[in-house]
Amino acid sequence: MRVFIKFAKGLALLTGRLAESINLKDKRPVNLDITTIKFPLAAITSLLHRLSGIFIFLGVALLLYFLDLSLQSESGFALVLELLDSVFVKLLTWAVVAGLLYHLIAGCKHLLMDMGVGETKEGAHTGAVTVVVLALIAFMVAGVWIG
Amino acid sequence: MSNVTNLGRSGLSDWVIQRFSAVILAAYTFFILGSFLIHPDMDYVQWKTIFENNLMRIFSLVTLAALCAHAWIGMWTVSTDYITALQFGKRATAVRLLFQAGCILLISVYLIWGIQILWGF
Ligand code: HEM
Repeated sequence: MRVFIKFAKGLALLTGRLAESINLKDKRPVNLDITTIKFPLAAITSLLHRLSGIFIFLGVALLLYFLDLSLQSESGFALVLELLDSVFVKLLTWAVVAGLLYHLIAGCKHLLMDMGVGETKEGAHTGAVTVVVLALIAFMVAGVWIG
Repeated sequence: MSNVTNLGRSGLSDWVIQRFSAVILAAYTFFILGSFLIHPDMDYVQWKTIFENNLMRIFSLVTLAALCAHAWIGMWTVSTDYITALQFGKRATAVRLLFQAGCILLISVYLIWGIQILWGF
């Protein structure tokens, strides 16, 4: 953990310096020292929403591939089930489905907050805890179902 | 605010499209998950019957369009947040445009492939 923080701190400082030397015209202060930035749960769930969005953007390829095979013919449908016998495909599929479920759950919270639900510091924390709990349940159900 | 590479030509319309497409994607996801719940031991005929329905074809096509718009706006936002002069210096614009071109390419593949899947069986 220490090493990680040191590394991240160095990286942040470096990016800051680089930015300074490159972007001479821009005099706005940039705070990239992540050891002084607080990361409350709501920030982490929000970051994960973004990461899951990027991940499932690529994962859609797998889902479309399965949809394509499964609709083509009886044997294509059987092939999808056969592919899902392999542990690797199981894990990959679970990852994509879990990513989608996480993005869906956190996305619903995002939409609720856009409508003004829970827009307080406490509300944000409650929302983040709810997202984590629901996501963990969804991950397990998906795991049991695919596994 | 306006930018030549964003979808709706303004941040506000992109924001609305992002929300609208999210609702469609969520509805479709719940629908598919629900169909798995209703048919725990789904076979080919049941699966095919679901997607053969014309209403379902339209629902799937609308969702595919929503996915393309949603993914483009989402990845555009990510690219303009992280691929800036702060990280990439003078080359930022070139790197960002390259990244965005890659996203457009993948989205086009999804769109064409998706239509072929929906109408090709
Ligand atoms: C397979 C389908 C989906 C893909 C590929 C996808 C992808 C993405 C990406 C790449 C972003 C940008 C991340 C960001 O700006 O932080 C994003 C944002 C978003 N997604 Fe999705 N998404 C999908 C489905 C959904 C669903 C089902 C919902 C349901 C609620 C949803 C809700 C949202 C919302 C609300 C945002 C905006 C976040 C923001 O403005 O910060 N997405 N999505």
